[in-house]
Amino acid sequence: MQQQRNMGFLRDKARLVRRGIVEAIGVDRKGHLGGSMSSADIVAALYFYKMRHWPEKPNNPERDRFIFSKGHSVLAQYAALAHCGYFSVDSLPTTKQLGSILQGHPEHDRTPGIEANTGSLGQGLSLGLGMVLGGRLAGRAFKVYVILGDAELAEGQIWEAATAAAFYQAHNLVAIVDHNGLQASGVIRDLYDVGRIRDKFAAFGWHVMEVDGHDLEAVVDALDAADTAQDKPVVIVAHTIKGKGVSFAENQPSFHNGALTQEQYDQALDEIARG
Amino acid sequence: MMISKACPRETYGKALLEAARTDERITALDADLSGSTMSCLLRQEFPERFFEMGIAEQNMVSVAAGMSLTGSIPFVHSFSMFITGRAFEQVRQSVALPKANVKLVGSSCGFSDFGDGATHQSLEDAAIMRAIPNMTVLIPMDPNDVRAAVAEALAIDGPVYIRLTRSEMEFIDVPADYSIREPFLLRDGSDVAIVANGSMTSLALAASQKLASEGIAASVINVSCLKPLAAEPLFSLIEGTAGIVTVEEHSVVGGLGSAILEALAARPKPLAMVGALDVFGQSAWSQDELLNHYGLTVDTICSRVRSLVEGRTIGHA
Repeated sequence: MQQQRNMGFLRDKARLVRRGIVEAIGVDRKGHLGGSMSSADIVAALYFYKMRHWPEKPNNPERDRFIFSKGHSVLAQYAALAHCGYFSVDSLPTTKQLGSILQGHPEHDRTPGIEANTGSLGQGLSLGLGMVLGGRLAGRAFKVYVILGDAELAEGQIWEAATAAAFYQAHNLVAIVDHNGLQASGVIRDLYDVGRIRDKFAAFGWHVMEVDGHDLEAVVDALDAADTAQDKPVVIVAHTIKGKGVSFAENQPSFHNGALTQEQYDQALDEIARG
Repeated sequence: MMISKACPRETYGKALLEAARTDERITALDADLSGSTMSCLLRQEFPERFFEMGIAEQNMVSVAAGMSLTGSIPFVHSFSMFITGRAFEQVRQSVALPKANVKLVGSSCGFSDFGDGATHQSLEDAAIMRAIPNMTVLIPMDPNDVRAAVAEALAIDGPVYIRLTRSEMEFIDVPADYSIREPFLLRDGSDVAIVANGSMTSLALAASQKLASEGIAASVINVSCLKPLAAEPLFSLIEGTAGIVTVEEHSVVGGLGSAILEALAARPKPLAMVGALDVFGQSAWSQDELLNHYGLTVDTICSRVRSLVEGRTIGHA
Protein backbone atom coordinates (compact mmCIF):
# COMPACT_ATOMS: atom_id res chain seq x y z
CA MET A 1 0.00 0.00 0.00
CA GLN A 2 1.96 2.97 -1.26
CA GLN A 3 0.13 6.06 -2.37
CA GLN A 4 0.65 8.55 -5.15
CA ARG A 5 2.09 11.89 -4.27
CA ASN A 6 -1.22 13.70 -3.93
CA MET A 7 -1.21 16.47 -1.37
CA GLY A 8 -4.96 16.94 -1.29
CA PHE A 9 -5.36 13.26 -0.52
CA LEU A 10 -2.69 13.44 2.19
CA ARG A 11 -4.26 16.52 3.77
CA ASP A 12 -7.57 14.64 3.96
CA LYS A 13 -5.81 11.73 5.64
CA ALA A 14 -4.05 14.03 8.11
CA ARG A 15 -7.48 15.44 8.97
CA LEU A 16 -8.75 11.90 9.59
CA VAL A 17 -5.76 11.20 11.82
CA ARG A 18 -6.47 14.33 13.86
CA ARG A 19 -10.13 13.49 14.10
CA GLY A 20 -9.21 9.97 15.24
CA ILE A 21 -6.97 11.37 17.98
CA VAL A 22 -9.87 13.38 19.39
CA GLU A 23 -12.23 10.39 19.12
CA ALA A 24 -9.68 8.20 20.91
CA ILE A 25 -9.43 10.68 23.77
CA GLY A 26 -13.19 11.27 24.12
CA VAL A 27 -14.79 13.53 26.67
CA ASP A 28 -13.72 14.07 30.30
CA ARG A 29 -10.90 11.53 30.08
CA LYS A 30 -7.25 12.43 29.97
CA GLY A 31 -5.39 11.78 26.76
CA HIS A 32 -2.13 12.79 25.11
CA LEU A 33 -3.56 15.29 22.68
CA GLY A 34 -0.61 17.66 22.24
CA GLY A 35 2.12 15.29 21.06
CA SER A 36 -0.30 13.22 18.99
CA MET A 37 -1.42 16.32 17.12
CA SER A 38 2.13 17.58 16.54
CA SER A 39 3.02 14.21 14.97
CA ALA A 40 -0.20 13.84 12.99
CA ASP A 41 1.05 15.14 9.64
CA ILE A 42 4.22 13.06 9.78
CA VAL A 43 2.24 9.94 10.70
CA ALA A 44 -0.18 10.59 7.84
CA ALA A 45 2.71 11.01 5.40
CA LEU A 46 4.22 7.73 6.56
CA TYR A 47 1.08 5.58 6.45
CA PHE A 48 -0.66 7.14 3.45
CA TYR A 49 2.33 7.96 1.28
CA LYS A 50 5.71 6.66 2.22
CA MET A 51 5.60 3.26 3.85
CA ARG A 52 5.24 0.00 1.99
CA HIS A 53 2.74 -1.90 4.09
CA TRP A 54 -0.19 -4.22 3.60
CA PRO A 55 -3.01 -3.89 6.17
CA GLU A 56 -4.57 -7.12 4.94
CA LYS A 57 -1.18 -8.84 5.46
CA PRO A 58 0.13 -6.99 8.51
CA ASN A 59 2.96 -9.48 9.07
CA ASN A 60 4.36 -9.34 5.55
CA PRO A 61 8.11 -9.51 6.29
CA GLU A 62 8.88 -7.02 3.52
CA ARG A 63 6.84 -4.23 5.13
CA ASP A 64 8.40 -1.00 6.27
CA ARG A 65 8.19 -0.56 10.05
CA PHE A 66 7.14 2.43 12.10
CA ILE A 67 7.85 2.81 15.82
CA PHE A 68 6.52 5.61 17.96
CA SER A 69 9.37 5.92 20.44
CA LYS A 70 7.40 8.61 22.25
CA GLY A 71 4.69 6.05 22.81
CA HIS A 72 2.25 8.43 24.47
CA SER A 73 1.55 9.93 21.03
CA VAL A 74 0.31 6.57 19.78
CA LEU A 75 -3.19 8.00 19.35
CA ALA A 76 -2.04 9.38 15.99
CA GLN A 77 -0.83 5.92 15.00
CA TYR A 78 -4.07 4.26 16.16
CA ALA A 79 -6.03 6.68 13.98
CA ALA A 80 -3.79 6.03 10.96
CA LEU A 81 -3.90 2.25 11.45
CA ALA A 82 -7.70 2.32 11.75
CA HIS A 83 -8.09 4.38 8.61
CA CYS A 84 -5.71 2.03 6.77
CA GLY A 85 -7.94 -0.89 7.80
CA TYR A 86 -5.78 -2.66 10.41
CA PHE A 87 -8.81 -2.56 12.69
CA SER A 88 -12.16 -0.82 12.79
CA VAL A 89 -12.39 2.94 13.13
CA ASP A 90 -15.11 2.17 15.67
CA SER A 91 -12.37 0.87 17.99
CA LEU A 92 -10.83 4.31 18.45
CA PRO A 93 -13.22 5.45 21.23
CA THR A 94 -12.38 2.25 23.16
CA THR A 95 -8.82 3.51 23.70
CA LYS A 96 -7.72 2.81 27.29
CA GLN A 97 -10.99 1.02 28.09
CA LEU A 98 -10.39 -2.13 30.17
CA GLY A 99 -9.63 -4.97 27.78
CA SER A 100 -9.31 -2.75 24.69
CA ILE A 101 -6.85 -3.60 21.94
CA LEU A 102 -5.85 0.08 22.14
CA GLN A 103 -3.72 0.64 25.24
CA GLY A 104 -2.49 3.95 26.60
CA HIS A 105 0.90 3.12 25.11
CA PRO A 106 1.62 0.90 22.10
CA GLU A 107 1.65 -2.86 22.62
CA HIS A 108 2.83 -5.15 19.85
CA ASP A 109 0.92 -8.14 21.22
CA ARG A 110 -2.46 -6.45 21.43
CA THR A 111 -2.80 -4.17 18.45
CA PRO A 112 -2.58 -5.10 14.75
CA GLY A 113 0.04 -2.93 13.07
CA ILE A 114 1.94 -2.01 16.22
CA GLU A 115 5.51 -3.19 15.74
CA ALA A 116 7.00 -2.91 19.23
CA ASN A 117 6.29 -1.84 22.79
CA THR A 118 7.17 1.66 23.84
CA GLY A 119 5.98 4.04 26.52
CA SER A 120 8.94 4.26 28.81
CA LEU A 121 10.88 6.77 26.75
CA GLY A 122 14.18 6.29 24.99
CA GLN A 123 13.89 2.72 23.72
CA GLY A 124 12.35 3.12 20.26
CA LEU A 125 15.48 4.06 18.32
CA SER A 126 17.25 0.95 19.64
CA LEU A 127 14.26 -1.20 18.69
CA GLY A 128 14.32 0.30 15.21
CA LEU A 129 18.04 -0.35 14.84
CA GLY A 130 17.48 -3.97 15.87
CA MET A 131 14.86 -4.32 13.16
CA VAL A 132 17.23 -2.86 10.56
CA LEU A 133 20.00 -5.26 11.61
CA GLY A 134 17.58 -8.21 11.63
CA GLY A 135 16.28 -7.23 8.21
CA ARG A 136 19.83 -6.97 6.90
CA LEU A 137 20.56 -10.53 8.06
CA ALA A 138 17.37 -11.75 6.42
CA GLY A 139 18.30 -10.03 3.17
CA ARG A 140 15.35 -7.64 3.34
CA ALA A 141 15.61 -3.96 2.44
CA PHE A 142 12.66 -2.60 4.40
CA LYS A 143 12.99 0.76 6.08
CA VAL A 144 12.33 1.52 9.73
CA TYR A 145 10.91 4.89 10.74
CA VAL A 146 11.08 6.03 14.36
CA ILE A 147 9.42 9.16 15.70
CA LEU A 148 11.25 10.58 18.70
CA GLY A 149 10.10 13.38 20.95
CA ASP A 150 12.42 16.34 21.33
CA ALA A 151 12.25 16.16 25.13
CA GLU A 152 12.80 12.40 24.83
CA LEU A 153 16.31 13.21 23.58
CA ALA A 154 17.26 13.68 27.24
CA GLU A 155 17.22 9.87 27.56
CA GLY A 156 20.76 8.50 27.38
CA GLN A 157 19.71 5.37 25.51
CA ILE A 158 18.85 7.51 22.47
CA TRP A 159 22.51 8.42 22.16
CA GLU A 160 23.65 4.86 22.72
CA ALA A 161 21.41 3.94 19.80
CA ALA A 162 22.62 6.90 17.74
CA THR A 163 26.21 5.73 18.20
CA ALA A 164 25.37 2.13 17.33
CA ALA A 165 23.28 3.06 14.26
CA ALA A 166 26.14 5.13 12.85
CA PHE A 167 28.64 2.36 13.59
CA TYR A 168 26.46 -0.19 11.80
CA GLN A 169 25.81 2.25 8.92
CA ALA A 170 22.08 1.72 9.34
CA HIS A 171 20.99 3.75 6.32
CA ASN A 172 17.55 2.08 6.39
CA LEU A 173 16.89 3.71 9.76
CA VAL A 174 15.07 7.05 9.61
CA ALA A 175 14.49 8.93 12.84
CA ILE A 176 12.06 11.82 12.86
CA VAL A 177 12.23 14.22 15.79
CA ASP A 178 8.86 15.77 16.56
CA HIS A 179 10.38 19.06 17.67
CA ASN A 180 7.42 20.82 19.25
CA GLY A 181 9.50 22.49 21.95
CA LEU A 182 7.32 21.44 24.86
CA GLN A 183 7.50 18.68 27.42
CA ALA A 184 4.96 17.57 30.02
CA SER A 185 5.78 20.33 32.46
CA GLY A 186 6.60 23.23 30.18
CA VAL A 187 9.02 24.66 27.63
CA ILE A 188 11.97 22.40 26.95
CA ARG A 189 14.41 25.25 26.38
CA ASP A 190 13.66 26.66 29.85
CA LEU A 191 13.24 23.40 31.75
CA TYR A 192 15.98 21.17 30.40
CA ASP A 193 17.46 22.33 27.13
CA VAL A 194 18.46 19.36 24.98
CA GLY A 195 20.73 21.61 22.92
CA ARG A 196 21.19 21.82 19.18
CA ILE A 197 19.46 18.70 17.94
CA ARG A 198 20.73 19.01 14.40
CA ASP A 199 24.35 19.43 15.46
CA LYS A 200 24.17 16.61 17.97
CA PHE A 201 22.96 14.04 15.45
CA ALA A 202 25.48 15.29 12.89
CA ALA A 203 28.25 14.87 15.44
CA PHE A 204 27.04 11.30 16.03
CA GLY A 205 27.53 10.58 12.32
CA TRP A 206 23.95 10.92 11.07
CA HIS A 207 22.68 12.53 7.91
CA VAL A 208 20.46 15.40 9.10
CA MET A 209 17.53 17.17 7.45
CA GLU A 210 15.27 19.84 8.89
CA VAL A 211 11.67 20.49 7.84
CA ASP A 212 8.43 22.15 8.84
CA GLY A 213 6.62 19.13 10.26
CA HIS A 214 3.22 20.48 9.23
CA ASP A 215 4.20 21.20 5.62
CA LEU A 216 3.16 17.89 4.09
CA GLU A 217 5.00 18.56 0.87
CA ALA A 218 8.23 19.24 2.77
CA VAL A 219 7.72 16.16 4.94
CA VAL A 220 7.16 14.00 1.87
CA ASP A 221 10.24 15.49 0.18
CA ALA A 222 12.37 14.75 3.22
CA LEU A 223 11.07 11.18 3.50
CA ASP A 224 11.87 10.64 -0.19
CA ALA A 225 15.31 12.20 0.22
CA ALA A 226 15.98 9.79 3.08
CA ASP A 227 15.80 6.93 0.56
CA THR A 228 19.03 8.08 -1.04
CA ALA A 229 21.04 7.83 2.19
CA GLN A 230 24.09 5.65 1.95
CA ASP A 231 26.17 4.35 4.85
CA LYS A 232 24.51 6.67 7.36
CA PRO A 233 21.28 6.69 9.33
CA VAL A 234 19.01 9.65 8.66
CA VAL A 235 17.31 12.03 11.05
CA ILE A 236 14.64 14.51 10.04
CA VAL A 237 14.21 17.27 12.58
CA ALA A 238 10.58 18.26 12.11
CA HIS A 239 9.57 21.62 13.56
CA THR A 240 6.04 21.22 14.86
CA ILE A 241 3.42 22.81 17.06
CA LYS A 242 2.19 20.84 20.03
CA GLY A 243 -1.57 20.44 19.77
CA LYS A 244 -1.52 21.55 16.11
CA GLY A 245 -5.01 21.79 14.60
CA VAL A 246 -6.90 22.43 17.84
CA SER A 247 -6.56 26.13 18.61
CA PHE A 248 -7.10 26.03 22.36
CA ALA A 249 -4.54 23.23 22.76
CA GLU A 250 -1.77 24.62 20.57
CA ASN A 251 1.44 25.27 22.50
CA GLN A 252 -0.32 24.50 25.77
CA PRO A 253 1.65 22.16 28.05
CA SER A 254 -1.62 21.42 29.88
CA PHE A 255 -2.76 19.51 26.80
CA HIS A 256 0.29 17.24 26.85
CA ASN A 257 -2.07 14.92 28.68
CA GLY A 258 -5.34 16.74 29.18
CA ALA A 259 -9.06 16.06 29.21
CA LEU A 260 -11.57 17.63 26.84
CA THR A 261 -14.94 18.95 27.94
CA GLN A 262 -17.88 18.19 25.62
CA GLU A 263 -17.63 21.72 24.27
CA GLN A 264 -13.89 21.38 23.65
CA TYR A 265 -14.43 18.00 22.02
CA ASP A 266 -17.00 19.43 19.63
CA GLN A 267 -14.87 22.49 18.93
CA ALA A 268 -11.82 20.31 18.24
CA LEU A 269 -13.71 18.16 15.71
CA ASP A 270 -15.15 21.28 14.12
CA GLU A 271 -11.78 23.00 13.76
CA ILE A 272 -10.20 19.84 12.36
CA ALA A 273 -13.00 19.44 9.80
CA ARG A 274 -12.54 23.02 8.66
CA GLY A 275 -8.73 23.02 8.97
CA MET B 1 36.98 -40.47 43.48
CA MET B 2 38.18 -37.89 40.95
CA ILE B 3 35.81 -34.97 40.75
CA SER B 4 35.42 -33.92 37.15
CA LYS B 5 34.98 -30.21 36.50
CA ALA B 6 34.59 -27.87 33.54
CA CYS B 7 34.25 -24.16 32.94
CA PRO B 8 30.55 -23.50 32.30
CA ARG B 9 31.29 -20.39 30.25
CA GLU B 10 33.23 -22.45 27.75
CA THR B 11 30.54 -25.08 27.70
CA TYR B 12 28.02 -22.33 27.10
CA GLY B 13 30.01 -20.74 24.27
CA LYS B 14 30.38 -24.11 22.54
CA ALA B 15 26.70 -24.97 23.02
CA LEU B 16 25.65 -21.65 21.54
CA LEU B 17 28.00 -22.10 18.59
CA GLU B 18 26.71 -25.62 17.93
CA ALA B 19 23.12 -24.39 18.04
CA ALA B 20 24.01 -21.54 15.68
CA ARG B 21 25.43 -24.01 13.17
CA THR B 22 22.05 -25.64 12.76
CA ASP B 23 19.78 -22.64 13.30
CA GLU B 24 20.74 -19.62 11.24
CA ARG B 25 18.24 -17.42 13.08
CA ILE B 26 20.55 -17.36 16.11
CA THR B 27 22.54 -14.16 16.65
CA ALA B 28 24.73 -12.99 19.51
CA LEU B 29 25.12 -9.52 20.99
CA ASP B 30 27.69 -8.56 23.57
CA ALA B 31 28.75 -5.45 25.46
CA ASP B 32 32.53 -5.71 25.35
CA LEU B 33 32.64 -8.93 27.36
CA SER B 34 32.58 -11.54 24.61
CA GLY B 35 35.91 -12.99 25.74
CA SER B 36 34.43 -13.59 29.17
CA THR B 37 30.88 -14.62 28.28
CA MET B 38 32.37 -16.77 25.49
CA SER B 39 30.03 -15.41 22.85
CA CYS B 40 33.37 -14.87 21.06
CA LEU B 41 33.16 -18.46 19.81
CA LEU B 42 30.12 -17.57 17.74
CA ARG B 43 31.79 -14.38 16.56
CA GLN B 44 34.80 -16.29 15.24
CA GLU B 45 32.72 -18.62 13.10
CA PHE B 46 29.79 -16.37 12.19
CA PRO B 47 31.08 -12.78 12.33
CA GLU B 48 28.04 -11.48 10.42
CA ARG B 49 25.74 -12.85 13.12
CA PHE B 50 27.69 -11.36 16.01
CA PHE B 51 27.05 -7.78 17.08
CA GLU B 52 29.44 -5.91 19.31
CA MET B 53 27.22 -3.33 20.95
CA GLY B 54 29.82 -1.46 22.96
CA ILE B 55 29.51 -0.79 26.66
CA ALA B 56 25.86 0.17 26.32
CA GLU B 57 23.69 -2.58 27.76
CA GLN B 58 20.39 -0.72 27.59
CA ASN B 59 20.66 -0.14 23.86
CA MET B 60 21.87 -3.71 23.39
CA VAL B 61 18.81 -5.23 25.00
CA SER B 62 16.35 -3.09 23.01
CA VAL B 63 18.27 -3.75 19.77
CA ALA B 64 17.98 -7.47 20.46
CA ALA B 65 14.23 -7.06 20.95
CA GLY B 66 13.93 -5.28 17.62
CA MET B 67 16.02 -7.98 15.97
CA SER B 68 13.81 -10.73 17.39
CA LEU B 69 10.74 -8.99 15.98
CA THR B 70 12.18 -9.60 12.52
CA GLY B 71 12.63 -13.35 13.13
CA SER B 72 16.13 -13.56 14.61
CA ILE B 73 16.79 -15.35 17.90
CA PRO B 74 19.26 -13.07 19.67
CA PHE B 75 21.35 -14.26 22.62
CA VAL B 76 22.34 -11.15 24.58
CA HIS B 77 25.39 -11.30 26.81
CA SER B 78 26.87 -9.40 29.70
CA PHE B 79 27.65 -9.97 33.34
CA SER B 80 24.49 -10.96 35.16
CA MET B 81 24.50 -7.76 37.20
CA PHE B 82 24.51 -5.49 34.16
CA ILE B 83 22.13 -7.33 31.88
CA THR B 84 19.48 -7.59 34.60
CA GLY B 85 20.24 -4.42 36.54
CA ARG B 86 21.49 -1.80 34.13
CA ALA B 87 19.06 -2.88 31.44
CA PHE B 88 16.15 -3.88 33.71
CA GLU B 89 13.58 -1.64 32.18
CA GLN B 90 14.63 -2.49 28.63
CA VAL B 91 14.21 -6.16 29.54
CA ARG B 92 10.81 -5.37 30.97
CA GLN B 93 9.37 -3.19 28.20
CA SER B 94 11.29 -4.09 25.03
CA VAL B 95 11.60 -7.83 25.70
CA ALA B 96 9.19 -9.27 28.27
CA LEU B 97 6.04 -7.24 27.63
CA PRO B 98 5.83 -8.22 23.92
CA LYS B 99 7.14 -11.76 24.72
CA ALA B 100 10.07 -11.14 22.38
CA ASN B 101 12.12 -14.23 21.57
CA VAL B 102 15.26 -12.89 23.23
CA LYS B 103 17.66 -14.94 25.35
CA LEU B 104 19.47 -13.00 28.08
CA VAL B 105 22.68 -14.62 29.25
CA GLY B 106 24.19 -13.26 32.45
CA SER B 107 27.62 -14.55 33.36
CA SER B 108 29.80 -14.07 36.44
CA CYS B 109 26.81 -14.46 38.74
CA GLY B 110 26.86 -14.60 42.52
CA PHE B 111 30.32 -14.41 44.09
CA SER B 112 32.08 -15.90 41.07
CA ASP B 113 33.58 -12.53 40.13
CA PHE B 114 35.26 -12.57 43.54
CA GLY B 115 37.97 -10.00 42.91
CA ASP B 116 35.85 -7.24 41.42
CA GLY B 117 33.78 -6.72 44.53
CA ALA B 118 30.22 -5.69 45.20
CA THR B 119 29.68 -3.74 41.96
CA HIS B 120 30.14 -6.89 39.90
CA GLN B 121 28.77 -9.55 42.24
CA SER B 122 25.15 -10.07 41.33
CA LEU B 123 23.11 -11.40 44.21
CA GLU B 124 19.81 -9.90 43.08
CA ASP B 125 19.60 -10.80 39.39
CA ALA B 126 17.43 -13.90 39.72
CA ALA B 127 14.99 -11.97 41.91
CA ILE B 128 14.81 -9.16 39.38
CA MET B 129 14.19 -11.48 36.44
CA ARG B 130 11.76 -13.64 38.39
CA ALA B 131 9.59 -10.62 39.12
CA ILE B 132 8.99 -9.95 35.41
CA PRO B 133 5.96 -11.63 33.78
CA ASN B 134 6.64 -13.84 30.71
CA MET B 135 10.25 -14.45 31.79
CA THR B 136 11.73 -17.94 32.17
CA VAL B 137 14.68 -18.12 34.58
CA LEU B 138 17.23 -20.94 34.22
CA ILE B 139 20.10 -21.47 36.67
CA PRO B 140 22.05 -24.53 35.53
CA MET B 141 23.73 -26.76 38.13
CA ASP B 142 26.64 -28.16 36.10
CA PRO B 143 28.24 -27.96 32.64
CA ASN B 144 25.82 -30.50 31.15
CA ASP B 145 22.96 -28.49 32.56
CA VAL B 146 24.37 -25.40 30.82
CA ARG B 147 23.93 -27.24 27.52
CA ALA B 148 20.42 -28.22 28.59
CA ALA B 149 19.68 -24.58 29.39
CA VAL B 150 20.69 -23.45 25.90
CA ALA B 151 18.50 -26.17 24.36
CA GLU B 152 15.61 -25.28 26.66
CA ALA B 153 15.95 -21.57 25.86
CA LEU B 154 15.69 -22.40 22.17
CA ALA B 155 12.67 -24.61 22.75
CA ILE B 156 10.85 -21.66 24.35
CA ASP B 157 9.40 -19.05 21.99
CA GLY B 158 9.84 -16.13 24.34
CA PRO B 159 12.14 -14.40 26.83
CA VAL B 160 14.59 -16.51 28.83
CA TYR B 161 17.27 -15.54 31.35
CA ILE B 162 20.19 -17.94 31.78
CA ARG B 163 22.32 -17.34 34.87
CA LEU B 164 25.91 -18.54 34.57
CA THR B 165 28.84 -18.66 36.95
CA ARG B 166 32.37 -17.91 35.81
CA SER B 167 33.86 -20.56 38.11
CA GLU B 168 34.40 -24.18 37.25
CA MET B 169 31.50 -26.47 38.04
CA GLU B 170 31.54 -30.13 39.02
CA PHE B 171 29.76 -32.57 36.74
CA ILE B 172 26.76 -34.06 38.49
CA ASP B 173 25.56 -37.53 37.53
CA VAL B 174 21.93 -37.58 36.44
CA PRO B 175 19.73 -40.37 35.10
CA ALA B 176 18.50 -40.36 31.52
CA ASP B 177 15.12 -38.94 32.50
CA TYR B 178 16.65 -35.76 33.92
CA SER B 179 14.75 -32.66 32.90
CA ILE B 180 15.84 -29.07 33.45
CA ARG B 181 12.19 -28.00 33.52
CA GLU B 182 11.16 -29.52 36.82
CA PRO B 183 12.54 -29.89 40.33
CA PHE B 184 14.63 -33.03 40.12
CA LEU B 185 15.54 -35.47 42.88
CA LEU B 186 19.30 -36.03 42.77
CA ARG B 187 19.65 -37.86 46.08
CA ASP B 188 17.02 -39.58 48.12
CA GLY B 189 16.42 -38.91 51.81
CA SER B 190 13.34 -38.88 54.00
CA ASP B 191 14.31 -36.58 56.89
CA VAL B 192 14.87 -33.17 55.29
CA ALA B 193 14.92 -31.90 51.70
CA ILE B 194 17.80 -29.71 50.56
CA VAL B 195 16.66 -27.64 47.57
CA ALA B 196 19.44 -25.97 45.59
CA ASN B 197 20.39 -24.61 42.20
CA GLY B 198 23.40 -23.37 40.26
CA SER B 199 26.78 -23.93 41.83
CA MET B 200 25.15 -24.67 45.19
CA THR B 201 23.73 -27.99 44.04
CA SER B 202 27.10 -29.73 44.28
CA LEU B 203 27.51 -28.22 47.73
CA ALA B 204 24.11 -29.58 48.72
CA LEU B 205 25.13 -33.05 47.54
CA ALA B 206 28.29 -32.86 49.64
CA ALA B 207 26.24 -31.78 52.66
CA SER B 208 23.81 -34.63 52.17
CA GLN B 209 26.70 -37.07 52.05
CA LYS B 210 28.17 -35.68 55.25
CA LEU B 211 24.80 -35.83 57.00
CA ALA B 212 24.37 -39.45 55.95
CA SER B 213 27.44 -40.33 57.97
CA GLU B 214 25.61 -38.86 60.99
CA GLY B 215 22.51 -40.91 60.26
CA ILE B 216 20.48 -38.03 58.79
CA ALA B 217 18.84 -38.73 55.43
CA ALA B 218 18.68 -35.47 53.55
CA SER B 219 17.40 -35.54 49.98
CA VAL B 220 18.82 -33.15 47.37
CA ILE B 221 16.45 -31.55 44.90
CA ASN B 222 17.81 -29.40 42.10
CA VAL B 223 15.71 -26.53 40.76
CA SER B 224 17.43 -25.20 37.64
CA CYS B 225 14.20 -23.73 36.32
CA LEU B 226 13.46 -21.11 38.95
CA LYS B 227 10.60 -19.72 36.91
CA PRO B 228 8.12 -21.05 36.04
CA LEU B 229 8.50 -23.17 39.17
CA ALA B 230 6.83 -26.56 38.78
CA ALA B 231 5.25 -26.67 42.23
CA GLU B 232 3.39 -29.99 42.05
CA PRO B 233 6.49 -32.10 41.35
CA LEU B 234 8.23 -30.22 44.16
CA PHE B 235 5.41 -30.98 46.61
CA SER B 236 5.60 -34.69 45.89
CA LEU B 237 9.40 -34.69 46.29
CA ILE B 238 9.31 -33.00 49.70
CA GLU B 239 6.39 -34.97 51.08
CA GLY B 240 7.06 -36.56 54.44
CA THR B 241 10.18 -34.54 55.21
CA ALA B 242 10.50 -32.50 58.40
CA GLY B 243 11.36 -29.40 56.42
CA ILE B 244 13.34 -27.78 53.66
CA VAL B 245 16.70 -26.05 53.44
CA THR B 246 17.14 -23.89 50.35
CA VAL B 247 20.64 -23.09 49.12
CA GLU B 248 21.48 -20.45 46.53
CA GLU B 249 24.43 -18.26 45.54
CA HIS B 250 22.07 -15.30 45.57
CA SER B 251 20.27 -13.10 48.03
CA VAL B 252 17.65 -14.82 50.15
CA VAL B 253 15.40 -11.92 49.07
CA GLY B 254 13.52 -12.94 45.96
CA GLY B 255 15.54 -15.94 44.86
CA LEU B 256 15.15 -19.71 45.17
CA GLY B 257 14.23 -19.66 48.86
CA SER B 258 11.58 -17.02 48.26
CA ALA B 259 10.19 -18.91 45.29
CA ILE B 260 9.88 -22.12 47.31
CA LEU B 261 8.27 -20.23 50.21
CA GLU B 262 5.73 -18.72 47.82
CA ALA B 263 4.90 -22.18 46.55
CA LEU B 264 4.59 -23.47 50.11
CA ALA B 265 2.21 -20.72 51.22
CA ALA B 266 -0.69 -23.07 50.62
CA ARG B 267 1.08 -26.05 52.20
CA PRO B 268 3.28 -24.63 54.97
CA LYS B 269 6.39 -26.50 56.01
CA PRO B 270 9.43 -25.44 58.06
CA LEU B 271 12.02 -23.85 55.81
CA ALA B 272 15.48 -22.38 56.29
CA MET B 273 17.42 -20.43 53.70
CA VAL B 274 21.12 -20.50 52.98
CA GLY B 275 22.19 -17.61 50.79
CA ALA B 276 23.39 -14.04 50.95
CA LEU B 277 21.48 -12.39 53.79
CA ASP B 278 20.38 -9.16 52.11
CA VAL B 279 23.93 -7.88 51.87
CA PHE B 280 26.33 -6.70 49.16
CA GLY B 281 29.45 -8.72 48.47
CA GLN B 282 33.04 -7.49 48.59
CA SER B 283 36.39 -8.29 47.03
CA ALA B 284 38.36 -11.36 47.98
CA TRP B 285 41.23 -13.34 46.54
CA SER B 286 39.04 -16.39 45.95
CA GLN B 287 35.39 -17.28 45.63
CA ASP B 288 35.74 -19.82 48.44
CA GLU B 289 36.75 -17.06 50.86
CA LEU B 290 33.53 -15.25 50.03
CA LEU B 291 31.37 -18.37 50.25
CA ASN B 292 32.87 -19.05 53.69
CA HIS B 293 32.49 -15.46 54.80
CA TYR B 294 28.83 -15.28 53.81
CA GLY B 295 27.98 -18.75 55.10
CA LEU B 296 27.38 -20.56 51.84
CA THR B 297 29.10 -23.72 53.04
CA VAL B 298 28.53 -27.41 53.58
CA ASP B 299 28.72 -26.77 57.34
CA THR B 300 25.96 -24.15 57.24
CA ILE B 301 23.71 -26.43 55.22
CA CYS B 302 24.35 -29.32 57.62
CA SER B 303 23.66 -27.16 60.62
CA ARG B 304 20.32 -25.99 59.16
CA VAL B 305 19.34 -29.56 58.34
CA ARG B 306 20.19 -30.76 61.85
CA SER B 307 18.09 -27.97 63.36
CA LEU B 308 15.11 -28.99 61.24
CA VAL B 309 15.53 -32.61 62.22
CA GLU B 310 15.62 -31.60 65.87
CA GLY B 311 12.47 -29.59 65.29
CA ARG B 312 13.90 -26.35 66.43
CA THR B 313 12.56 -23.03 65.19
CA ILE B 314 15.25 -21.35 63.11
CA GLY B 315 15.71 -18.37 60.94
CA HIS B 316 18.01 -17.76 58.02
CA ALA B 317 21.60 -18.93 57.76
